[in-house]
Order: sequence, then structure tokens, then C-alpha cells
Amino acid sequence: MGKNLYQKVWDDHVVGQLESGQYQLFIALHLIHEVTSPQAFGMLKDKGLGVAYPKRTFATVDHIIPTTDQSRPLGDDMAEKMIQVLSDATQEAGIEFFAPRSGSQGIVHVVGPELGLTQPGMTICCGDSHTSTHGAFGCIALGIGTSQVRDVLASQTLAMDPLKVRRIRVEGTLSTGVTAKDVTLHIIRMLGVNGGVGYAYEYAGSAIENMSMEERMTVCNMSIEGGARCGYINPDQTTFDFLKGKERTPQGAEFDSAVERWKSYASDADASYDDEVVIQAAEIKPTVTWGITPAQSISIEELTPDPEAVEGLDKDLINDALSYMKFSANEPIKGTKIDVAFIGSCTNGRLSDFEAVAKLIEGKHVAANVKAIAVPGSEKVDVAARALGLHKTFEAAGFEWRLPGCSMCLAMNPDKLVGDEICASSSNRNFVGRQGSPTGRTLLMSPMMVAAAAIEGQVADAREVFGLE
Amino acid sequence: MTGMKIEKISGKGVYVAGNDIDTDRIIPARFLKCVTFDELGPALFYDERFDTDDNSKHHVLDKSEHRGAQVLISDANFGCGSSREHAPQAIQKFGFKAVIAESFAEIFHGNCTTLGIPCVMMEKADRELIAEIIASDADTDMIVDIEGLKVICGNHVFNVKMKDSAREAFLAASYDPLDTLLVARSAVEETAKRLGYA
Repeated sequence: MGKNLYQKVWDDHVVGQLESGQYQLFIALHLIHEVTSPQAFGMLKDKGLGVAYPKRTFATVDHIIPTTDQSRPLGDDMAEKMIQVLSDATQEAGIEFFAPRSGSQGIVHVVGPELGLTQPGMTICCGDSHTSTHGAFGCIALGIGTSQVRDVLASQTLAMDPLKVRRIRVEGTLSTGVTAKDVTLHIIRMLGVNGGVGYAYEYAGSAIENMSMEERMTVCNMSIEGGARCGYINPDQTTFDFLKGKERTPQGAEFDSAVERWKSYASDADASYDDEVVIQAAEIKPTVTWGITPAQSISIEELTPDPEAVEGLDKDLINDALSYMKFSANEPIKGTKIDVAFIGSCTNGRLSDFEAVAKLIEGKHVAANVKAIAVPGSEKVDVAARALGLHKTFEAAGFEWRLPGCSMCLAMNPDKLVGDEICASSSNRNFVGRQGSPTGRTLLMSPMMVAAAAIEGQVADAREVFGLE
Repeated sequence: MTGMKIEKISGKGVYVAGNDIDTDRIIPARFLKCVTFDELGPALFYDERFDTDDNSKHHVLDKSEHRGAQVLISDANFGCGSSREHAPQAIQKFGFKAVIAESFAEIFHGNCTTLGIPCVMMEKADRELIAEIIASDADTDMIVDIEGLKVICGNHVFNVKMKDSAREAFLAASYDPLDTLLVARSAVEETAKRLGYA
């Protein structure tokens, strides 16, 4: 019996078993940011400990950075202090810090891959649940809490229980207008927000294999929204082509031998899995959330659910969600008026996301009542987009082209909803109050669908708005 | 050893109903602007407890009869969403010493364990009965027995479940793993060398 990628990477990185029964796992790459990591340095100081492997940790700033004016000191004193604490702590420890305006700052899950820090076969962790993004390269990539950030800084290891592995095969060809975002929203809808608890997800099948690396990152990014601790895709030629020539990947002959090693991590053909789910790509449609968890989604062609049609827990969940969203049962999601449109985040803030949308919005304009913002995921994405003139296309269409950061995904910077505004959002969470107003409403969808909603002023079918066939 | 053994927790309970209560609800993102966790207690469930003008919404946590409760009870998939340790830190600093729910999100569960907050899984019917008991007498003593995998509430005894490794870690006072992780320095170094990371 062969092994799957999770088992191979796990076995390679296990240092030993602990008395509790957990395993001590070596962490190949540790990423930190200003929200969940500065406290860990304080914890280390309290214990008189230093950073064990400073060259295996990299820092950047993303959550609290404003997207309009990043000049220092920042207008928000606490935001400034958080950056300063991280900057000082990393300098003292000898950790590389991708500071604002360094040319490499950005959302931590955009930065790691684009620099080539993220490589197949690694164990990766970061004090951020969307660390699962890095699994797109064939890694075990885990979101961790601050005490665990402390553990990794102090020892470069984590205490972990092994996960089960569920293979999710998406087979066939995606229809026109259906994106990686729709695939991940569809999977979460099928398996539920806690369907993945205890599991790592292996995404496989021809629809996944045909995706670009940036699309694969979108899929892996939202693994955590389905309750899975991590998600990954086996490394293949697409992975290696993406990594070739990146700043921090091996070069020349060393790259070739790295590729041979990376290939060996891919799941064996006869690997076993604890569970398997098969999804037909053709069944996936442009998907929009109507509720307050990422699993509460429907296709653009469907109606909001009827709580009377279900029993027990589901009934309560639907009632609570409809009530918060101020939506009625049995109503089309299409035509729902929006106030804000947001394209960006670690889910959909990469160059290909903006390229795809720019092609569609050329010659069109955002509806008068909609505030639309496009926020590149990193300084490198911003530079590359500008070089292609994408920012001009977005601006001509009525979008604001912002500076890189997490922006409106999570309301830790000035980009927030006001009152009960509805936001068509390419981000990853539609939780109560997620976008900064305790009554704000989020509709998750693909960047293309956000663009369609922005132009129409209401939730729309991108296939119709942009004449896609 | 970093902490004390945690075998039993006793105190009053309070039931915060709801499934899929995410960490943004447990602590809204704006309270994550901090460089220590010290001040997070009052921010627990802030937007559920207070309106936008900071007036109390008379949330169950703010009812006088529940003041000083040490056991937080909720429903399915508690703590889903972000990895923010601010969530269990706020729960702990508010005064809670254990959380009972139908089920827990994984990162949240791990964060709680490291902080010494047992996460205990209990059937829905049992939680509902406890909710009734507390509703009729908020001062009813509860005992969360980690070793015996039982919760006692008034005259009732309920069987509960816990993740094995977490339970063992509480009983062995090894729930904060840092000291243990530091023991194997040379094995860590060997692993780093073997993998080309050193």
C-alpha cells in the first residue's frame, strides 16, 4: 500500500512522539504577521527563550495596514505600534521582515508563494487560519494560535495529532463562468462548515489538475471554512513551472534536483484515504452565499432556502441566517441590491484574479450606488498589475485601485462596511459582523461575480452580464 | 511542567446558545488590535452584548445571576473560523475555566488546550437539560470531571467526551507543550539537517 502526500510529509517531519501521545513535528517554514505573532515574542521573553531557527521564519504586515495611505507613522496609533513591535522583535531575533514598501510586503499567504518560500513537501505554519492556502504546493500548511507561534519560534516544532485524509476528487471540466472560488464554495456547501474536522483535504481529479497555481491556492485557502485543518494538492508540472525562477527557490541544477525530491512527495497511485468524495465539475455553477457561514450558499440560479422545508438544527440555522441577512425564504439571490464590491484578500487577491476581471469590465462601469474597491494581495501583485495597466482598467470602470493588504476581508483596517450595507465580496468569510459593522452583510462569490454585481448594482449572473458562453 | 494538573473544574455555568459560533463573534476583529492579551476579557462576545453605542443588550453573560460563571456552554462547531488565540484568551480572561459544547472547531480546540481550558463534548439533550437547570437556578454548582469524563450539574450526572490527547495533557499538566518540545533539541537538529533545513 502506498502513502498519500500527507503521510509522506508527516513522516518526514516527525521528530518523535511526546508523552501525551501527540507527535513533535518539525516546521519547515514559519510565517508571522502583526496580529497574532507580536504577543508570542513577549511570551518567549517571559520564559527567557530565544528564537531557535530565525532563518526559517519570515514576517510581513497585512491585517492592519491601510490600503489608502500607508505613510508612517500610520494614522491609527495601535496599528503603528503593532507594526513597530513586530519590526523590533524580528530585527532582534534576526528574522527577515517584509516591511511595507520593501517591495515584498503583502498578505502573508500571497507573499510566501510568490517569493517561492512555499515549496512542495514542506510543513508550513502561521498564526492565521488561511495558512491552508500554501497546501496548493503540496504542503501540510496549518493555521495555529499564538502560543503555538511561540512554540515554533522557540523550538521550530509543534505538538500535533495526526489528521485523517479525505480525498475530494473534482472530475471533469468546469463550465464557462465557473471558477476555483465556485469550486471551493460548492465543496463547503456539500460537506458543511464542520465536515472537515479531523481531516486534511486532498483535492484531486481532473478539474483540480487543470487549474493554475493561483486557482489551486483559492481552493486550498478555504479548506478551513469547511472545518478541515489543512488542504493540499499534489505537486505536478504546473507547480514546478510556477516555482521556477522565483526569488527564493533553488536555481539551475539545484532546482532540477529539488523537483525530483518534490515529485516524490505526491500521493502514490495506490495510496489509501480515510474517506473519499467525488464531485462532478459540470454540476458546479456560479455560487453565492446567502447566509452567515460559508456553507450557506446557493447557485446564482437558486432561491434562498425555506426553513419550513427542513427539521431540527438546520431549521434554526436557516432562520437565524435569514434574519441576520434580512432576507426572505424562497427568494432569488439574483437581483439582491449591493452597496459595496470588494475584490481582493488571500482567497482572490492575486494577479490572475485581477487579470480575469479586467478583461470583462473593459468598457463597462460600476453602478452609481456601489462603492467598488480592488485591493492587490501584495506589493508584487500591485507592481505586476500596474505593468499590465490593469489598475487603469479598474479605475476607468469605477473601481478604486488600492494599496496591498487584507483590506475589507476582516475589518482590522479602515476598510469596513457601515450599518447593514451588503458587500459582494471575493473574500472567505461571511460571518456576522466580519466586515466591520455588527450588522454588515457579506455575500461571498468569485471575483468575476463581484464585478458583475458591481456593474449591475445587484447580485447578477456573470455569464449573462459579460456574455460568457 | 508548565502548569498545574487540571482534573476537575467547579463553578456556575452559563449557556450561550447557537451553532457555528465563530471566533469573529467571540471577539470581533477590532479588539485584535493589541500587542498583549491582557485586556481582552471585557471584549468577549462584545457585539452580541453591546450595541454600536456601547449600551448593554442584556446578553445572558451580563445577567447578574450569571456573574462569576466558570463554565461556558454552547452548541455545535463552537469556535469556528479564524485561528486567533484572542478568542480563548478572552474566554479565559472573562473568567471561564472550561467550555462545554456539542463539538469544537479544531484550531480553537488546540488553542484552548494549550491555555488550559478543557473543551468538553456533550450531547444536545444533556446540554438542554443543563440549560433548564441553570435557567431555574443560576447558582447550581457544576463540576466538570476531566478524569472521570463526567459533568455533574445539581443532581444530574452526564457522560461527556474529550479528545484523548487533550485529556491526558490536562491530567499530566503537560497541556502547554513548550517545555516538552524543548527537551528534544538534538533530535530537532538532526531532523532539520536530514531535511536540508539547517
